[in-house]
Amino acid sequence: MAVCIAVIAKENYPLYIRSVPTQGELKFHYTVHTSLDVVEEKISGVGKALADQRELYLGLLYPTEDYKVYGYVTNSKVKFVIVVDSSNTSLRDNEIRSMFRKLHNSFTDVMCNPFYNPGDPIQSKTDLMKWQPLNGL
Amino acid sequence: MESLTLSDVEQKYYSELFLFCDVDNTKKVASNGKVLDLFRAAQLSNEVVHQITELCGATRLGHFGRSQFYIALKLIALAQSGLPLRVESLNSVRDLPLPRFVMGKNEQEMRHVVMFADTENQGPYLPRPPGRVQAKKVSAHEMIQPCVPTVDPQPDTTSPVVSPNQSPPTSPHAWRKHKRQASGGNVDRQPSVPGVVWPPFREAQPGPVTGDGMWSAHSPPPVQESWVSFTDTPPSCTLPMHPPSAQPESTTVRTVPSAMTTNEIQRQTSGYDDPWKITDEQRQYYINQFKTIQADLTGLIPGSAAKEFFTKSKLPILELSHIWELSDFDKDGALTLDEFCAAFHLVVARKNGYDLPEKLPESLMPKLIDLDDSAGVPEPDPEVGFSASPVEVTPNKSPSMPSLNQNWPELNQSNEQWETFSERSSSSQTLTQFDSNIAPADPDTAIVHPVPIRMTPSKIHMQEMELKRTGSDHTHPTSPLMAKPPELSEETKLAAAIKFPGTTVGDGYSSSDSFTSDQEPISSAVNRQRSHSGTSPEGLKVVAPPPPPPRPNASHSRSSSLDMNRNFAAVPAGPQQPGVVAFPPAVPPRPLPTQTSVPHGHRSVEGDGLPAITSTSPQQMPEQPNFADFSQFQVFAVDQPADDGEKPSDSGQVERCAETTGTMRTAKNDVQAEERNATTVNSAKVSTPLAPPPKPVRRRLKSEDELRPDVEDLPQKSTVIATVLATQPSIPRSIGKDKKAIQASIRRNKETNTVLARLNSELQQQLKDLLEERISLEVQLEQLRPFSHL
Repeated sequence: MAVCIAVIAKENYPLYIRSVPTQGELKFHYTVHTSLDVVEEKISGVGKALADQRELYLGLLYPTEDYKVYGYVTNSKVKFVIVVDSSNTSLRDNEIRSMFRKLHNSFTDVMCNPFYNPGDPIQSKTDLMKWQPLNGL
Repeated sequence: MESLTLSDVEQKYYSELFLFCDVDNTKKVASNGKVLDLFRAAQLSNEVVHQITELCGATRLGHFGRSQFYIALKLIALAQSGLPLRVESLNSVRDLPLPRFVMGKNEQEMRHVVMFADTENQGPYLPRPPGRVQAKKVSAHEMIQPCVPTVDPQPDTTSPVVSPNQSPPTSPHAWRKHKRQASGGNVDRQPSVPGVVWPPFREAQPGPVTGDGMWSAHSPPPVQESWVSFTDTPPSCTLPMHPPSAQPESTTVRTVPSAMTTNEIQRQTSGYDDPWKITDEQRQYYINQFKTIQADLTGLIPGSAAKEFFTKSKLPILELSHIWELSDFDKDGALTLDEFCAAFHLVVARKNGYDLPEKLPESLMPKLIDLDDSAGVPEPDPEVGFSASPVEVTPNKSPSMPSLNQNWPELNQSNEQWETFSERSSSSQTLTQFDSNIAPADPDTAIVHPVPIRMTPSKIHMQEMELKRTGSDHTHPTSPLMAKPPELSEETKLAAAIKFPGTTVGDGYSSSDSFTSDQEPISSAVNRQRSHSGTSPEGLKVVAPPPPPPRPNASHSRSSSLDMNRNFAAVPAGPQQPGVVAFPPAVPPRPLPTQTSVPHGHRSVEGDGLPAITSTSPQQMPEQPNFADFSQFQVFAVDQPADDGEKPSDSGQVERCAETTGTMRTAKNDVQAEERNATTVNSAKVSTPLAPPPKPVRRRLKSEDELRPDVEDLPQKSTVIATVLATQPSIPRSIGKDKKAIQASIRRNKETNTVLARLNSELQQQLKDLLEERISLEVQLEQLRPFSHL
């Protein structure tokens, strides 16, 4: 399961980061932060192609010896980053995609809430609850 | 002690009464005197009072313990309600009004208890708990007021809740417990007040709110302790409360966590949803509020409007956000009436101190109908590819929520997906089926071209008629009579068509219009083709020239026959036309079709009778080249040409010879005589190569040609015989030379005998073959006939 999940706003500041508390969260924060560069690179890589053609799922951003980082971008440039433990039996791509899909849906629901101001940190309890299974927390 | 379940109001009331009776301040026992006085104040007959005391067990104990006191009070309430006094009814009867005591002070107490929510009644009666409560009430009022600006009476009444929020020192959850009593009191006094809507919030949270905690909030610590003693498991007491009584008769029955864990559990489970149930008055109020925002009750309130509305409640945004997440069931960013009611209810609860549930209570869930309506509402998320995912995610979103309602949008969308999938699969299946239909069922028919040469005119006509009948699409246009080669070609075309259903047909065979039309219903086309092939042996089906694959008979004659077909197609059906049609074929190198058609035409002509004879004459002209062909045939015969056309030509010639003989029989023209001569000449010519020709003929003409050789042979035979006869000199010529002549004649006769015998055998063999073919073709025809008639 994922060890860290992060939702980054368009301006590249985190809206929501949640990681397995067993490990230093700071490390994951840093990983997510650095992964943003890769995300940006992937996004900009499709320069002339329209956003529609660009796939939302970015795939494996970069692997390290401990974990792998997967990325996902929405059409509104909101980025999702999932950090998965490498020791885990490597999750199939479809599983990662499904995780992103669920994450996206949860994020959508948060957005739908009129009481949520886009750009605010996500503090939805239900959203957090939903992301629990993703995290395996 | 009997189990006793009391509502909040009752609890409070009873506790106060107990205190009242507890003149000794023992907190445990109510003095009998006071109790009895109280009971008498209930305006019950003494017998009833005695009965009550007995039932409650006070007589046993000799004094009124708290439990007994409560039981007694309950019984009093029962009695005052007119219900029979039974222990069972203690717990079973719900919505029991509080016992009324006609006592001055008690009355006041009661009144105050009843008017718990009244801010005005803060004055007198204020046992500690109420005071505290009232204080909170005020705050609650203040809180509530802005929320409900339109409901005036509310500030007066409601606030039932004074939420023990701040109170519970002992239990953090105490504030969850909602003070129903006030609502109960309100109910008693002001049932009609819409404000009761607010009080509605007296439902207990399903959480492990400790009634104790709550009680502790309202009762002095010692009482609390007593409560604690009274109760078994403070934290575990769930106090599922029944819907607050918006109606006068409803007094919520609360499960006192007193020694009845089982009851608690039962009540808890049974009343799980009840705390969140919206009463009718509440609902009506909500509906009214809904109308202020959205006049159409079936419409939706947009998120922004809802946000404004609920912001007025002064709840923190975070909580409002949470409420929204709970209440917006279909996640569409808008609130339906049910969703709005649920949200409103949650707001009220929250304002009254109830913790927001983690998941939407069932009673607050929008109905399925709404779900159905909202299921179709597109997700505001414009993300592509997620149209289906929300469906699958919904179950994950609120795992604790009952899945029934949530499955609806999921099912709807998933059903759609499945439907599309099934459609696709079905279409593919149909495609495959379609393809299977295309597959030729009788490849043999395609390959075999047993076009019987021997065609009686009647048969030809019949076939023509059949063609006309069946070939509505096959526009075989035409000529009812098709030469065999055309048939062969048609058969080959059929074969090709069968095998190359739609594709090759249209290729390069412009004449095969009918065939192209056949392509559309390929299966039927195949059938037709089969019918063609089936019928072809019998005769000349004017089959729209199926594109003859170069295969069999790749002879040019076939191609020429195609042309012939076109020509034939162009020509309207008619027995005489074949003759005309046959005319052009004379030109082609191997006017097989013509020759074949001609003989057929001749046949038909013969069949027709005399009038056709005239047609034969013109046909005879073209026969001239046939003669030439005949010579060619001879040449070919010598060379054993592999052309089938020759055979038909030969056959044609032979036929013509036969016809000529026939004509001879009829005795007609000089032409005939010429033909006769020609035939004789031919016969002469034929006689020598007579042997060889049949052989090659036999070899090549596997199907139709076999017939032709037969035909050829027959006339050949006849000619041979004629020639033989003719050549045979009259025996009695000269005896002198007789021996030699006889011997010569004998030799000749022997030769002719052998030749004839050989011919006979060959013909026999051909006859057998033809018969077999005929049988097979007839069988095929029978098989195909139903198809052709379809």
